[in-house]
This record gives sequence, C-alpha cells and structure tokens, in this order.
Amino acid sequence: MTTVALKPATMAQALTRALRDAMTADPTVHVMGEDVGTLGGVFRVTDGLAKEFGEDRVIDTPLAEAGILGTAVGMAMYGLRPVVEMQFDAFAYPAFEQLISHVARMRNRTRGAMPLPITIRVPYGGGIGGVEHHSDSSEAYYIATPGLHVVTPATVADAYGLLRAAIASDDPVVVLEPKRLYWSKDSWNPEEPQAVEPIGRAVVRRAGRSATLITYGPSVPVCMEAAEAATAEGWDLEVVDLRSLVPFDDETVAASVRRTGRAVVVHESSGFGGPGGEIAARVTERCFHHLEAPVLRVAGFDIPYPPPMLERHHLPGVDRILDAVGRLQWEAEN
Amino acid sequence: MTVMEQRGAYHPTPPPAWQPRTDPAPLLPDERPYRVLGTDSAADVDPALLRRLYAELVRGRRYNTQATALTKQGRLAVYPSSTGQEACEVAAALVLEERDWLFPSYRDTLAAVARGLDPVQALTLLRGDWHTGYDPREHRVAPLCTPLATQLPHAVGLAHAARLKGDDVVALALVGDGGTSEGDFHEALNFAAVWQAPVVFLVQNNGFAISVPLEKQTAAPSLAHKAVGYGMPGRLVDGNDAAAVHQVLAEAVAHARAGGGPTLVEAVTYRIDAHTNADDATRYRGDAEVETWRAHDPITLLERELTERDLIDEAGIQAARDAAETMAADLRERMNQDPVLDPMDLFAHVYAEPTPQLREQEALLRAELAAEEEGAH
Repeated sequence: MTTVALKPATMAQALTRALRDAMTADPTVHVMGEDVGTLGGVFRVTDGLAKEFGEDRVIDTPLAEAGILGTAVGMAMYGLRPVVEMQFDAFAYPAFEQLISHVARMRNRTRGAMPLPITIRVPYGGGIGGVEHHSDSSEAYYIATPGLHVVTPATVADAYGLLRAAIASDDPVVVLEPKRLYWSKDSWNPEEPQAVEPIGRAVVRRAGRSATLITYGPSVPVCMEAAEAATAEGWDLEVVDLRSLVPFDDETVAASVRRTGRAVVVHESSGFGGPGGEIAARVTERCFHHLEAPVLRVAGFDIPYPPPMLERHHLPGVDRILDAVGRLQWEAEN
Repeated sequence: MTVMEQRGAYHPTPPPAWQPRTDPAPLLPDERPYRVLGTDSAADVDPALLRRLYAELVRGRRYNTQATALTKQGRLAVYPSSTGQEACEVAAALVLEERDWLFPSYRDTLAAVARGLDPVQALTLLRGDWHTGYDPREHRVAPLCTPLATQLPHAVGLAHAARLKGDDVVALALVGDGGTSEGDFHEALNFAAVWQAPVVFLVQNNGFAISVPLEKQTAAPSLAHKAVGYGMPGRLVDGNDAAAVHQVLAEAVAHARAGGGPTLVEAVTYRIDAHTNADDATRYRGDAEVETWRAHDPITLLERELTERDLIDEAGIQAARDAAETMAADLRERMNQDPVLDPMDLFAHVYAEPTPQLREQEALLRAELAAEEEGAH
C-alpha cells in the first residue's frame, strides 16, 4: 500500500490514459465513434488522442451507430482492435443488431477461427440531469446476450484497469461507464504504471458483518454512503462492487453473503427483468442455508427513465437502501 | 434618411457561396442494363474468359440442382437456390484476387464455392451442423450472412482496415433487392463513400424479397441510382449476361483497388426457384413471368455466344457438363454421410476462456451425455 500523496484524477482522465496507453502499446488499437476526434468526445474521454495518434487511428465516423459497430466488425476481421464509443446509452440501440447478431456470435459461429476483439464503450446511467434518451441503464440488454463480456467501473483505478483489460481481451467487451462518476476524483497517479484488472473479479469495497450490499457502477458510491449512514442504526454493512457483470463472480458474492447472512442488490436499472433478479437467484441457489432473510432488491422503478426534474425519485438513494436493509427480518435474531 | 443610413451603409456579410459537393452526372447509371453477349462488344472479351465463365455457370447450375435435391432428401435443412442468378454468383467470385474478400449473403453459397470453398463446407450452415463450416480467413470468404445487409458494413470496415494497413485488398459484398431497404445498406454505402473504401457492392435484383416485388420495395428509378445520393458511381447491368457482369465488376474492383473508392452495381436478374424449398412461389407470381426469364437464362445466353462464334465445340460443352456431374456426385456422396457432432463444442467457442457459469453448464451437459451413454448400454 503506497503512502505517497497522489494527485487527484477523475475517472474520465483515467479512461483517457487507458486509451492512450493501449494505443501506444498496440498499433492495431483504433478509436472510433461520433465526435471522438477533433472534439475529444462529448465527455472528453478521447481528448487529445486524435492529435497524438492521427485521424486514421482516432476516427470521427458518420453519425450512425449500426454503421460504426458494423464497420468495427470488419476492421476486427482484418486484425485491428477497434475501441468504439457509443455517445450515450440510449444512442447505442441502433447498433444492437450488429452487437447481438454479429459481435457476440462471431467467435462461436466460426468455431473460434474469427474472434472479434472489439471494445464498446457506453456512457450509461442517470443522475446528471440529462434530458430524455440520455440516462438509460441498459445493462440488462447486454448481459442477456451470450458472447459479450460486460464490465462497469466504480472507481478511478478500476476505470483504467477494466478498460485496459477490455482492449486487451480477444473477446468483445462492453464497458459501461457511469456518466455521473466521470468527474469523480480519486488519488491516482497517472504517471505510474497501473494495474490491469482481470475481467470477472468482484471486490469487497467495505467489509461488514450485518448484511451485504451487492452493487456495481454508479450505485457503488451510493451504497458506500448508505453503509456509513447505517452505522447509526447499528448495522455494519459489507459492500461488494461487482465490477464485472459477465462473467459474474459468484465466488466473491457468495462468500460475502455466507458471512453476513443477508443481502440487498442495488442498481439503477429497472427491477423487473433487471440484473438484480439474476443476482438474487444466484445468491439464493448458493447460500440458501446461510440466509436469514430473502434477498431484496433496490432498483430503478419499472418506468421509462424519468425527466431530469423527477429523476431523484427514481434513482436508488441512501434512504431507500436503508429501508430495504431494515426489512431483512432482523426480528428473527431476537 | 433612416437611422441605418445615418450610421453608414448596412452590408450584411453574405453567407459562404454554396457549391455542389460533387457533380452527380458521372455517377449516374446507364439508362438500360449493360449487355455484352449478343452485342458487338462481345468480340472484345477474351474467349478463354468466356469459356471459363461457361464452365463455371454449368457447374453452378448443377450445384444448385444438387443442393435442392439434397434438401428434398432431408440432407439440408433449407436451401435458398441461386438458380437463374449463376452469372452474378460466378462473376463475383472470378473478378477477385486471392487476397481480396467476398461477403456473401445466405443465398450466395455458390459464389463462395466458385471462389474455391469446398461445397460441403459452404453448405454446413444449411445442413445445420454448425453455423459457419469454414475458416473465413482461409479463402477470405466472410461467414454466410442471414440478417439482411448486415454484412455490408463489415465489408466496408474490412476494406478500410486494409487500406489503413497499406494493403492492396478489395472487398466485394453481395446483397439482394430486399436488402437495399435495410438501414445497414444505407449506413454501409455512406461509410464506404465517406471513407473512399475499396469496396464493391453487388445488388442482385432478382425481382423478389421472398414474395414482395421490387415495386413495393423502392420508388427509386433503379437500385443503381441509389449510389448517386452517397456520392459513388452506380452501374446497371444485365445480371444474366455473365460477360457483362464480369466486366462491370472487374472495372469496379480495379477502380476500388486504384483508390477510386466504392461502386454500387445493380445486376438485373431473376430468382427462378422459390425463395427456399419451404416457399410456394405460385402464391405471388405467374408461370408466364418465370418462362420469360427462363428464355433469358444465363447459360443459354453464353452458350449461344460461344457456339455461334465457334468458340466452343460439342466436346467442350460435354466436358463442362461432365465436370459438373463429377462435382455433383462428390457432393452427393459426402453430404449423404452423417456429420460427426460433438455436443461439447457448444461451449468451446463462446469466449476465449469459458466463464465459470459456462463451465458449470458444460459439466451439466457432460453428465447428461454420460447418463445417455450408460442408458444406451
């Protein structure tokens, strides 16, 4: 554990650094998408890359998401390693046919002869006051598609590590970047080599004994805050940050729930048909005899994403999480 | 005197002069489909090429009839025949260099075979033992693509990647008339033109998207005209005239290879058979129409040219037919053998490394197979 005081860096800066390092290390890495070149992306994640690597490696594409991902497939077939930026979560939907029918299947379809090392970056989630079509939590669509890896960072260091791992992967990886964490800061030294996290490992962000909050992406800081607030109620909550939805780290999650005996899954995505149902089922299948209460879910409502002036009612917040923790049948202990 | 006049003359800055991006005239297709056979320009074609095209057409027709027969015998799950369209299929394969790439749709197994793919491997998808029965990189034939027009952006991306790497490679992508209504057709052509990618799009306008005729598909003057809107040349060609299709495609490929960018070629042809063996074409078209097109058969057209000009004799025709029969017999024999399947392959190629979840499911299937095996003894 280093004790050197580090300069604070944002998640966006860490992502930029990951792209720059990947492009420097491997000349086959190409960045492509809408406004990623001259402008540096609407979130400035690709800032400076076109200048440094040229317009052939940082490609401002026509405005057409199916075309962007479809041409990325062809580029990957020829041996390049495209990193595609979808400008916003809900703008990625036109690319779904390419994603589902080709990107996710090409390795399988060709018996491994033609894997597609494509990274698809998707800024996702709400809480930034975005107008309609700018705040969707679209992870359920991606994780329901076999053949894709799906990761989502919650910290500055993980943003770097997971994006590097995604680009290095020979399989397609969807990197869901929590928009409202783009400007979150952390002590992180961009001058030093950084760890590249293997895809598929969850991490315990906060150790606790009373119950486990299972979460990922934009809900991780909310759960950390809830865990701090819970100490006033006498609850010592553990927080598991999944980091990777596919593959899913059953081991870390189950080990935590076996220790605590109680679990709440927290995510922004709508509850019905959302990842929480899958996670609750997996926990129950593995930890049934350790559970003191049913696994609960705190999720976005089953509604189209609300207008910005109402979104705070939709997003899982500290109070709603603590209410759920309070419903974990504590009376059974007495 | 007005206030404005007192302050001095008001000279609004004129907007920048509008200029057309490009002159559309050279991009426009011919008024009639371009033809070679039966015209004066046929004399300019190398007789060896005509004979080669003829042999390939005869072999292609036999391949189509054999695959259709195998479907009736239950050896193929389904077969979308290209009978009547062999001139397009064969020419598309023959104009490419070895280093080039072909992007076929599900109706284009013949083009893949004409490019050198083993017919059994080309038919694996339609037999149903695996989706793609070949390594696409071996013959540079992309997987047969079922979702319409979705292979077109792949061709553009591959061609662009080749150019970025400095490779002298052209991609040729096949699509049907129905596919031109898909969004991916539009996006692929737009990307190709913007990037000036070395790619050629061949639309085989065979008259029908399953049952829907062209007039319900588009209001464009011709499908070739669509090229103009993207800023690339459109070419209209008689799709049953193998020499014409070959010439137009060869020119488009050479243009792309020289850095001239993409071309859209519309080949006007006809799907003689139903959409697939599962389709009933009598529900949407009459016999008279089919007979008109049978009279304009690609093999008949070329055979007439060759015999009238004494470029082939009876023995030459017989040799082409014999070679086709040999191919058909070999295909029949090999397709009548049951493919050897390993159910564990289901998990082998989902990811480079199976996820823990897939490993669990793999173990489940392995146990089921073991129990089956035990029960069989």
